[in-house]
Amino acid sequence: MIAGNTLDNKAEFIEEPQETLSMHPQKFALWLFIVSIIMLFAAFTSAYIVRRAEGNWLEFDLPNLFWVNTIIILMSSASMHWSLILAKKDNIDLLKIAVVITSLLGFAFLVGQLYAWKDLVASSVWFAGEQSNPAGSFLYVITGLHAVHLISGIVFLAIVLVSTFRLKIHSKRLARIEMCATYWHFLDILWLYLFGFLLLNH
Amino acid sequence: MADNHNQGDAIKEVGHDHAHDHGHDHDHHHDQSFISKYIFSEDHKVIAKQFLFTGIFWAVIGGLMSLVFRLQLGFPEMSMEFLRPILGGWITEAGKLEPEFYLALVTMHGTIMVFFVLTAGLSGTFSNFLIPLQIGARDMASGFMNMLSYWFFFGSSVIMFASIFLETGPASGSWVIYPPLSALPQAMSGSGAGMTMWLISMALFIISVLLGGINYITTVINLRVKGMSFTRLPLTIWAFFITAIIGLLSFPVLFSAALLLIFDRSLGTSFFLSEIYIAGEALHHQGGSPVLFQHLFWFLGHPEVYIVLIPALGITSEVIATNARKPIFGYKAMIGSILGIAVLSFIVWAHHMFVTGMNPFLGSVFMFLTLIIAVPSAVKSFNYITTLWRGNIIFTPAMMFSIGLVSMFISGGVTGIILGNNAMDIQLHDTYYVVAHFHLVMGSASFFGMMAGVYHWFPKMFGRMMDEKLGYIHFWFTFVGAYLVFFPMHYIGIAGFPRRYYAFTNFDFTKSFTDLNAFISVAAIITVFSQFVFVFNFIYSIFRGRKASENPWGSTTLEWTTPINPGHGNWPGEIPQVYRWPYDYSKPNSEKDGFGDFIPQHIPLSQTPHSNLPHEKEMLERGGNNEDEIKINEQ
Repeated sequence: MIAGNTLDNKAEFIEEPQETLSMHPQKFALWLFIVSIIMLFAAFTSAYIVRRAEGNWLEFDLPNLFWVNTIIILMSSASMHWSLILAKKDNIDLLKIAVVITSLLGFAFLVGQLYAWKDLVASSVWFAGEQSNPAGSFLYVITGLHAVHLISGIVFLAIVLVSTFRLKIHSKRLARIEMCATYWHFLDILWLYLFGFLLLNH
Repeated sequence: MADNHNQGDAIKEVGHDHAHDHGHDHDHHHDQSFISKYIFSEDHKVIAKQFLFTGIFWAVIGGLMSLVFRLQLGFPEMSMEFLRPILGGWITEAGKLEPEFYLALVTMHGTIMVFFVLTAGLSGTFSNFLIPLQIGARDMASGFMNMLSYWFFFGSSVIMFASIFLETGPASGSWVIYPPLSALPQAMSGSGAGMTMWLISMALFIISVLLGGINYITTVINLRVKGMSFTRLPLTIWAFFITAIIGLLSFPVLFSAALLLIFDRSLGTSFFLSEIYIAGEALHHQGGSPVLFQHLFWFLGHPEVYIVLIPALGITSEVIATNARKPIFGYKAMIGSILGIAVLSFIVWAHHMFVTGMNPFLGSVFMFLTLIIAVPSAVKSFNYITTLWRGNIIFTPAMMFSIGLVSMFISGGVTGIILGNNAMDIQLHDTYYVVAHFHLVMGSASFFGMMAGVYHWFPKMFGRMMDEKLGYIHFWFTFVGAYLVFFPMHYIGIAGFPRRYYAFTNFDFTKSFTDLNAFISVAAIITVFSQFVFVFNFIYSIFRGRKASENPWGSTTLEWTTPINPGHGNWPGEIPQVYRWPYDYSKPNSEKDGFGDFIPQHIPLSQTPHSNLPHEKEMLERGGNNEDEIKINEQ
C-alpha cells in the first residue's frame, strides 16, 4: 500500500498505521521460559515453607561444600560475561576458551553438588526410605532440580561452542550467546536464591 | 524473508521481521511431502486442526464414558451384560459394572474433559488457528516449538489412552489425584500402573501446554502487524493471550506437585504421606502432608478453570459482536474483566479446600476473594447481553452456541456464589451440587464456546460451510439436554448425594430421588448421542459442505482477508495493515463510504470520511493513525 501523505488528492490519502511494540521473539520466549522455571521453584520453596511449619522437621546443617559451589558458579557467571564481551569484540579464539571455561566451571559445580550430596548422606540425611524426613527430601529435590536445569545450561553452552567454531557468533550475530548468557546468569541467580532460602529456612 | 531451514535453532524465526517484510514475497510454496505438510507440519493452521481432531476424538471417548457411569447411577439394577464386548472383564459375573472401574471411568472422564478436550482441544485449536490470522502474522513465533507442542500432547494422549486398557485399570483416584490414595500403589488397583501412566501422560501434557503458551504469548506481543495495537486486538486474542499467561504461571506448579508425587510413589519419599496403615501393615512413611498436595494441585487447579473458560468467553465476544452486527459493548471493560479474573484466579485456590480443617479465618479470606470474581464475571455477562440488546441478530449455529454459553455462564455462576461461601460449602462439599455447578459453568459453558468457535471458523479452516440445519438440531438438543442433565443435579446435591459413589441403593434418604437420577441419565444419553449429529456434520462438511465465500459472516477481523484456503504464510501478498478496532459493525453512515454494515480492520480511516467518529477525524487531521497521541493531547 502507498503510505504517507504523498498524494495531493485528499481522498487518496492513506494514513500510516502505528508501529507495534516488538522484541526479539526468541529472547522473549527465553524470558517466558525463565518465568515458568521461577514458578516451578516458587512452588517448591513455598511447599517447603508450608511443610516446615507443620513440624516433625529434621534440623541439620547444610554441607559446607555449598559455599565452595556458590563461588564456582559465581566465577562461571563472570566467565560467561567475559565470553559475551569477547564475542562483542570479535575475539573468537579467546571466546572459544571462555565458553569452554564457563562449561567446565558449570561442570565443576555439578560435581561439587554431587559431593555435597555425599556429605549429606554421610551425616544421615536421606532422600527416601525409612529414616528419611521431608526436610532432607526437599533439599535433594530442590538442589537436584537446579542441577537438571544447569545441565540444560551446559547443553546450551555446547551449542554456543559449536556455533563459535562455525563462526556463527560474532559482533553482528550476538543473539544466541546473549540468550545463553541470560539463561546462565539466571541459573546462577536461581542458585543464590535457593541457597539463601535454604540457609534461612533449614 | 525468514529462514525456514535453520535447523540448528530450537526456535525458528518465521516472520520475525514482520514489520519490515511488506513487499517481500512470503509464500512458502516449495513442494512439501504429505508428512511434512499434514503430519509434522509447522503451519499453525494444520497444527490447530490436529489439536481439534484429537480434541474431538477425546470428547467422544469422554462422553461415552460418562454414559456408562450414568447408566450405573440412573439404573443401578440394570444388567450391563451388553457392554461386555467392549468392557470385557470390567463387567462382573453378575453382569454389573465393576465398582473399581466405575471410579476409573469417573477419573478418566474428568481428566479427559478438563485437560484433553477443554484445554488442548479448545485453547490448542483456537489459539493456534486464530492468533497469527487475527493479529496479521505469517505463523507463530516458532513453528517448530508449536509442532513439538502438538506432538507432546499426542504422546500424552497415547499414554493416557493406553492406560485405559491396562489390566489393573487406569488411574481411579479422581482427576484431582489426592494422595494418599494416588500415592500408594497398594491402595487400590487403579493406583498402580494406571496412576504411573497418568502422571507420565500429564508431565508430557504440561510440557505441551508450556511450549504452546510460550509461543502464544511471544507471538501476540511480537508479531502483530503494523497498526494492531493492544487496544485493537480482537477480544479472542486478548482471551488467548491471558489464558496462555495463566497457564505459564500455573502449570509449573502442577509439575512440581506431580514430581513430588512420583518421588513418593516410586522412590519412597514422604512428601505427602504421613504415618499410614494399609491392610494392617504400617508403612515406613512419616511426616508427609497430604494437604500440601491439595495446595499445590489447586494452585494450578483453580487457574485451570479459567484456562478452560476464558478462551470460550473470548470466542463468544467475537461471535456475538459479529452476529449481532453491533460493536461489542464495553471493549475495555471486557479486557479489564479478563485481567481481573486472571489475577483473582491465583488467589482463590483454597476455596476448594474449605473442609481440610483450614483455619476458619483463612477460609473467610478465601471466601471474600472468591466472591469478588462475581464482579468481573457479571461485567462480562452484562456486556454480552447489552451487545445483544437491540442488535440485528443473525442466528447462526455459532451465535446460538454463544448465547447458550452466556446462559450457562450465568446459571452456573450463580451457584458459584453459593459454593464460594465457606459456611455453605461445608454443607455442599463433595455433593452433586458441586458437580452440577462446575459442569454448567466450566464444562458446558466452555464446551458451548468451543462449539461456537468450530461453527464460526469452520469456513476458514476447511473452506466449506457446516450444515446449518444440523447445527440447529445439535444446538437445541445440547442446550436443552445440558440443562436437563445438570439442573436436577443441584437438587440431589442439596439432598445430600455424595460425589463418586458407585450406587445409592443402600441409603434410605436417596430413595425419593431414584426417578430424578434415572431422568438425568436419560437426558445425558440423549445429549451425548446428539453430539454425533455434530460429528457427522463436521466430517461430512469437510468433504461435501457448501463452498464458503471469503467472508461468510461479514466479519471485520483480519483472518477473513486471507484467501478461502490460505497457504503456509496466510496471505499470498503483503499482510494487510490495521487502521481501526475490530468492532466497526453497523457504524453510522458507513453506507455513504461504500461499505455494508461492517468496515474491516484493514480499511484506512481516510477511505471512510463519512463514518469516522470525531476522535478518528481528529486523528486523521493530525495526519496519522496514532491513538496514543490523541490521548496525550487530551490530558
